[in-house]
Amino acid sequence: MNDYTKYLASRVTAGGLSRREFMGRAMAAGITLAVADKLFTESAEAAEPKRGGHLKLGLEGGAATDSKDPAKFLSQFMFCIGRCWGDMLVESDPLTGAAVPALAESWEPSKDAVTWTFKIRKGVKFHDGKEMTIDDVVATLKRHTDKKSESGALGVLGSIKEVKADGGNLVLTLSEGNADMPLLLSDYHLVIQPNGGVDDPLASIGTGPYKLTSFEAGVRATFEKNKDDWRSDRGYVDSIEVIGMNDATARIAALSSGQVHYINRVDPKTVNLLKRAPNVEILSTAGRGHYVFIMHCDKAPFDNNDLRLALKYAMDRETMVQKILGGYGKVGNDFPINSTYALFPEGIEQRVYDPDKAAFHYKKSGHSGSVLLRTSEVAFPGGVDAAVLYQESCKKAGIEIEVKREPGDGYWTNVWNVQPFSTSYWGGRPTQDQMYSTAYLSTADWNDTKFKRPDFDKLLLQARSELDEAKRKDLYRAMAMMVRDEGGVILPMFNDFVNASTKQVKGYVHDIGNDMSNGYVATRVWLDA
Amino acid sequence: MTNPVPSNILPGLRLRQRFPLLALILERFVLSIVLLFAVSILIFGGLEALPGDFATTYLGQSATPQAVANIRQDLGLNRPVTTRYVEWLGNAVQGDFGTSWASKNSVSEQIGKRLGNSLFLAGFAAVISVPLAVGLGMFSVHFRNRLPDKIINVISLAAISLPEFFIGYLLILFFAVKLGIATFPATVYDSMSFVERLKAIALPTATLVLVVLAHMMRMTRAAILSVMSSAYMETAELKGLSAFRSIVKHAAPNALAPIINVVALNLAYLIVGVVVVEVVFVYPGMGQYMVDAVTVRDMPVVQACGLIFAAVYIFLNMTADILAIVANPRLRHPR
Repeated sequence: MNDYTKYLASRVTAGGLSRREFMGRAMAAGITLAVADKLFTESAEAAEPKRGGHLKLGLEGGAATDSKDPAKFLSQFMFCIGRCWGDMLVESDPLTGAAVPALAESWEPSKDAVTWTFKIRKGVKFHDGKEMTIDDVVATLKRHTDKKSESGALGVLGSIKEVKADGGNLVLTLSEGNADMPLLLSDYHLVIQPNGGVDDPLASIGTGPYKLTSFEAGVRATFEKNKDDWRSDRGYVDSIEVIGMNDATARIAALSSGQVHYINRVDPKTVNLLKRAPNVEILSTAGRGHYVFIMHCDKAPFDNNDLRLALKYAMDRETMVQKILGGYGKVGNDFPINSTYALFPEGIEQRVYDPDKAAFHYKKSGHSGSVLLRTSEVAFPGGVDAAVLYQESCKKAGIEIEVKREPGDGYWTNVWNVQPFSTSYWGGRPTQDQMYSTAYLSTADWNDTKFKRPDFDKLLLQARSELDEAKRKDLYRAMAMMVRDEGGVILPMFNDFVNASTKQVKGYVHDIGNDMSNGYVATRVWLDA
Repeated sequence: MTNPVPSNILPGLRLRQRFPLLALILERFVLSIVLLFAVSILIFGGLEALPGDFATTYLGQSATPQAVANIRQDLGLNRPVTTRYVEWLGNAVQGDFGTSWASKNSVSEQIGKRLGNSLFLAGFAAVISVPLAVGLGMFSVHFRNRLPDKIINVISLAAISLPEFFIGYLLILFFAVKLGIATFPATVYDSMSFVERLKAIALPTATLVLVVLAHMMRMTRAAILSVMSSAYMETAELKGLSAFRSIVKHAAPNALAPIINVVALNLAYLIVGVVVVEVVFVYPGMGQYMVDAVTVRDMPVVQACGLIFAAVYIFLNMTADILAIVANPRLRHPR
């Protein structure tokens, strides 16, 4: 069995591939019908979840300052914990990223995508035994959309003008059309709480598969199974323990000694060493997060598109992925979208390292002397190394880069979004619209490349309210081309989410939505005895 | 005494003459309070000067100007520094450190738990390391420049030369990963029994003991050796006391002051300096708590931790000074 068929079999086990799809692809890869058939049956049997057991996770990102209030979830630790006890109205499909029903059964937009009606699921109980009602849903959304709110979802939900109940349905009125509204409601802050969590935001009472039994910020959280869960296709283990482990070596030691079943954030530098441990499996998932070199389009010398192009052609993307990500990533193409997004514009030519073209554009720009690049280890792991690598690849094109290492403390306040050329990091967003709206719209607060183009803004708004998918795809393609060829972002790579588990852990879903199986790892896996 | 001071004019001096020891202790105590007060100003001022504030740091990339403004308004960050300082100090003196900006939990309550954990680990490490260090120190004096002394010296020097995280990793590698006999991570929590707790902290305790042992042991050895070279030790030897007896009975008491000093310093380190060990072993103590808070600029927590760390240091130093004075009659009557 070669790697490809192994991969196909693992997709079957994870429940991501139908029999027909599997047989087609396996046979295309040169496997006989009988073997493919047997392989499918075996993989599908392995997919039969087992129930019971105590699952232990060792996660980076917890802090003593973490709040149990979903509105203030910020760390990886809380992200994962929130997914255990709470449900959103909408979830995203692990494989396609499309919106799928959760506490909302179905939804319907108006023709201009301004008014959205969500049918709310009935008969779902909160952990305290009370039934979830439309009032709870409305109160939750009102709390997160209140202009005075400190919710992390406030930015995402900024366009919601009115939240109201209409019979058993939730009706949202937006200030402008947005075809992605359902997906936005899958944001992990938007846990539906009794009365919206207004009375006690820290109560951690939700409708999720597990009940929180103990919690110490940044240290440890424990859960027991919610026996009244409204879904049967999740929550396989009896109890969960999440331990905060911020030291990478501690996580690796805990996993390889079998003290925990799963760890997140495996350092690409050590992943090959960890691979050698007999009972360990590396779980690498393609993600939307990307590492960037940002140039301010409105400041000299970066206000010159030829210089920007020169710097883009001088980036050796393949080497970056190999050296900085240890191969756990994909090359970028200078726009912030990759194939994990729905409506990804396919067929755009991949930009490659080309010292000659870089030299040509550099000469044309008329710039001389060195270019100052600011970087730091906090910009992304390996940020300083990446800057030095880039300095080398620029040298071959005759461009001199001066690398300045800035202190990590205060990098986000003093350097990022302030200085004209620096390294940075972006996590993915659920939709293309959101990614562009956050960082490329002229009026966006975090427009860190100072990319101000009225024609781009117009396309973005047009695409946002466009319900016809084909038309939307064309619009997104035009936008991608604009950012790629005229924008201020050099985007060498999309980083994979690299996690690891013991071989006991089965059913891991490689969710393209976000890290740790989109935070759902604890509710989706089961333990093989 | 050319100019005797009338005792009824300066009652303080009278007190000093009648109870010199008590007066000295009182003096040290008052000095400590003044010092602590000065430290509180430094802590508050230093934090004000840090780049970046809580609102932007806490929200990170998901911050909108609206959310930032909301938080600043909510926390009263727009008020003048002095007002906030006086308010903070007033409450802190009464044991109220306010609520954490980030988690909205009571800082005093959180610190109670964390400090308890830190003291538990430090206490356990001290109970093992202090007698061991002093004992080994005397032992190595007894065998000075012979094989046992040299072995102890080499091992303790090696231990002190390795950074503590490295010792920690080595212990984890051998005892948790390879042999599988030690508990790791060393996370402790409320519902744990005492025995479970002891098991959990075995590795971090061992690390700390190795780290502080050498320092205390070598100081003990040096202090006793310096006493040993004095005339009265020669007398002791000449009058036929056994070597061991002369060390324990005559040399050790006179070497007490420097030993107390180095022990106090190491105790302080065990409480306030073990951040790295806490991180490596995933132990929820004060150090980890403070680091988390600094990262997001959670000021009430950072200030409280800073003040408590300073208080621990000052208190232990004060105790060491007082004990040294008690142990050395000559220091009781300063001229």
